[in-house]
Amino acid sequence: MASQRSSFPLPSQVRSPPGAEGWEKMYPYFTRFAPEDDKRFWFYNAMHFPEPMPPFDVVTAEIPYQALGAFTTRVFVFPTTLGVEHRIVNGRVYITANPVADGEEIGKRLAVFQERAGYYYQNWDRLYEEWKGRMTALIDALKAIEVPALPEMDDIAVVHSGRGYAQNVDVRTGFNRAIEGFGMMWQYHFEMLMLGYGAYVVFFQFCKQAFPEIADQTVSRMVAGIDVLMFRPDQELKKLARLAVKLGLSSLFADGVAPDAVMAAVGKAGAAGAEWLAAVDAIRDPWFHISTGDGFYHHHRSWNSDLSVPFAALARYVAMLNAGQDIERPTERLKAERERIIAEYRALLGSEEERGAFDQMLSLCHLVFPFVEDHKFWCEHWYTSLFYAKMREFGALLARWEQIADPEDIFMLHYQEVEQALVDVTLAWAAGTPARGAAHWRPLVEERRRVLEKLKDWDPPAALGPVPEEIGDPALLMLWGITSETLQSWLRVPDDLENEKTVRGFAASPGVVEGVARVLKNVNDIGQVQDGDILVCPVTNPSWGPVFGKIRAAVSDIGGTMSHAAIVAREYGMPAVVGTGVATKRFRTGQRLRVDGNSGIVTVLD
Amino acid sequence: MGVTQAVSPFAELGMASRPLVGGKGASLGELTRAGINVPPGFVVTTEGFVAFLAAIDPEGAIRRQVEALSPDDLPAVLRACEEIRQRIETAAMRPDMEAAIAGAYARLCGGAPDGPVAVRSSATSEDSAEASFAGLQDTYLWIRGTANVLHFVRACWASLYGVESVVYRLRRGLPEEGLAMGVVVQQMVNSRVSGVMFTRSPTTGDRSVIAIEGSWGLGSAIVSGEVTPDKVVVSKVTEEVISRAVSHKTVMHVPDGGGGTREEAVPEARRDLPCLSDGDIRALVRVGKHIERHYGCPQDIEWAIGPRADGDGEAVFLLQSRPETIWSARDAKPLAGPAARPFDHVFAVLGKRGGG
Repeated sequence: MASQRSSFPLPSQVRSPPGAEGWEKMYPYFTRFAPEDDKRFWFYNAMHFPEPMPPFDVVTAEIPYQALGAFTTRVFVFPTTLGVEHRIVNGRVYITANPVADGEEIGKRLAVFQERAGYYYQNWDRLYEEWKGRMTALIDALKAIEVPALPEMDDIAVVHSGRGYAQNVDVRTGFNRAIEGFGMMWQYHFEMLMLGYGAYVVFFQFCKQAFPEIADQTVSRMVAGIDVLMFRPDQELKKLARLAVKLGLSSLFADGVAPDAVMAAVGKAGAAGAEWLAAVDAIRDPWFHISTGDGFYHHHRSWNSDLSVPFAALARYVAMLNAGQDIERPTERLKAERERIIAEYRALLGSEEERGAFDQMLSLCHLVFPFVEDHKFWCEHWYTSLFYAKMREFGALLARWEQIADPEDIFMLHYQEVEQALVDVTLAWAAGTPARGAAHWRPLVEERRRVLEKLKDWDPPAALGPVPEEIGDPALLMLWGITSETLQSWLRVPDDLENEKTVRGFAASPGVVEGVARVLKNVNDIGQVQDGDILVCPVTNPSWGPVFGKIRAAVSDIGGTMSHAAIVAREYGMPAVVGTGVATKRFRTGQRLRVDGNSGIVTVLD
Repeated sequence: MGVTQAVSPFAELGMASRPLVGGKGASLGELTRAGINVPPGFVVTTEGFVAFLAAIDPEGAIRRQVEALSPDDLPAVLRACEEIRQRIETAAMRPDMEAAIAGAYARLCGGAPDGPVAVRSSATSEDSAEASFAGLQDTYLWIRGTANVLHFVRACWASLYGVESVVYRLRRGLPEEGLAMGVVVQQMVNSRVSGVMFTRSPTTGDRSVIAIEGSWGLGSAIVSGEVTPDKVVVSKVTEEVISRAVSHKTVMHVPDGGGGTREEAVPEARRDLPCLSDGDIRALVRVGKHIERHYGCPQDIEWAIGPRADGDGEAVFLLQSRPETIWSARDAKPLAGPAARPFDHVFAVLGKRGGG
């Protein structure tokens, strides 16, 4: 039987796994735990950072937390919450939210919050339109950054235009502009997001009070929109699949054929082939700027940078179409079902008073929903895919100057170290000498790769530090769904058997099924999925679209109840448990699993 | 008094018939007419009881005898009750009434000489507390044969003069005048599984869920608390199972060959099996929603799943439905009302300490 602990390990008690000593040197000093941090409660942000952080990728923690806290603490002045702090231990990101506890201070902040948040809510649609304009400009600015080639001689145009500076200037400024743009993207990301989540929290809380046993996912269903951008990439693939069938190209889309080979074969297929290739080109920007993860790790490649992902899906859709299957998303039915659910819960409320409040809260959710849902495509997928692609170009430059062995090694350096390496290259080009960094960076990269491997063995505790008396921070609830019950479940010490047999996550889509696990670390392997499998994967996003017609349940390492995976699973009416952190490591293909989408527990039955 | 008023089939009854047949009978009639699958039956009406009492006690001596009792003089109450019950259980019934009940029973059994029925008291009181505290919830299951049916109809009547019942009336100052009771006679369902169902959560008062409790065999094992039932909570709106707990079910009630029921050990292999399939749950939820919609308020329902009368598979049978009373009585002020602007709700929630 499980027992209950009264506190979590303290940050100072955490030890490094053997061989991973010195991991601290990969990350900035301000991410390290200090002795006074033992007095505070921290939890592992497994939802966003389920793996040890490559040194470059901490940019996806450092920069977002600058933006999140700026908007809650300083811009909108949320009454009861300041920002989120992060620390890194053994490569894992732990965070804490800073609440405002003093009543007088809350009152003071509330008055300011009402004016500022009120302005945004009142002008939401206009502000969101303007937001899209700013994001578009930001994306264009990122695309416009050119990584200098640093040839033997600079261009003659430098002379004829009398511009007065050489192209090595753009090595550093171009890189810094990309980092600044990434920082700006995260500012925009949080500009409206916490207000959007605020509307959700109010509606969730009301529903939970009115219907104490309602499932989170049912409330999510009332809030969720049907026509959201995250479904577009999958829809575009379906269009391409239909076009391929219509043009008689089906036979060229067999399972497991490499994208290059498919493209080459299609290219030889005359006018039909040309038409299809043109159709692909027309949609790649932006609809293939979709991360195969959620944009928090450089190795979550985008469709554009790894075409095998969308092509695996395409092959599947073509096969389904040829088998006479309907691949259409039944949007009208989904809308009607959502309206029915809303109407029935509304009718079950106890009074007209409550129905009036329900209508207002839900209308506010529907007002903010398009932003809350679509920002993910704009920020984490579109912008971030382009950002990593740009970083790879700088990686290629560093590799050409032999600073690093492989362009991908750039991600073993913190971005401020990358800047140093680029300065080295800038100097070397000017001096007419080789860069000096090879001896410095290459051993470091090797060592870091080794340490990161060791850190993967570490099993991070769900939380560190003392158990807080109350946990009502809206930021934690909104972003991570953490409540007092969550803490209680973390404090349970499972016995060995339970530890071995079960994995817990967020209950994302209801129902209980048993079946055979298909553990896929990579979306390219979706061809292996058999009818009736239980999909176990790192993260589900539109890349996994085609398998939902085949599987009986989905289990993921990353995600929350409002994640794309959760939404899709609910649309298909299959159980899903998301955000388990460890499912792909703990389960093996072929094991029999029970997925309980009501309680968020996955159990091995063998 | 004519015989036609002594017995009424369910199909002729509705809630308005309560004074004539008591609450249980009226409700079963109402549900039958609403198209709910209620095992067929009839009610021996209150008029039947009044006529019976008038026949054995034309002068109203019983009424005066009870009225004269003091609730504090327990020995006297005991003696009087014993004596009155004795009279009710042994006195001859008017032949026309006996014939009416026997005829209705024969029709119910479709010609079989000893079809099994439940004989249950059906109180006229609006006060459900009175009915339960005063011991007016008698139910005799698996009764076979005309003589037995007549016997247990009398036993139900006699229960009006149980000690608890009489003391309750005396203490409350409830009148003996007009005291009456209906008796329901209803076909038995040989239930594979049975239980109760609340169309409002008994634990949280949530109106959006149906809580189902079920166990193997006849429902009496659950009602009497002899077995911990499986529990399933289902959303009324999405019809999804929200939670499911399968218990260790050790005993079940089954029909006894010689009439009545007996307790039996659940075979080892079935003890930890869920007694309700997904299909059973869906069927129960449909029935629960139908009944709630019919009455317009949350219900407390007894049900059974067993073979259809025509032998064609299984069906959910509704045995009883009452309005839920505990949470309805507690309904408090609204959680929130309309605000000046929709986003004012955000300020109300996020402005509170530990808000969110």
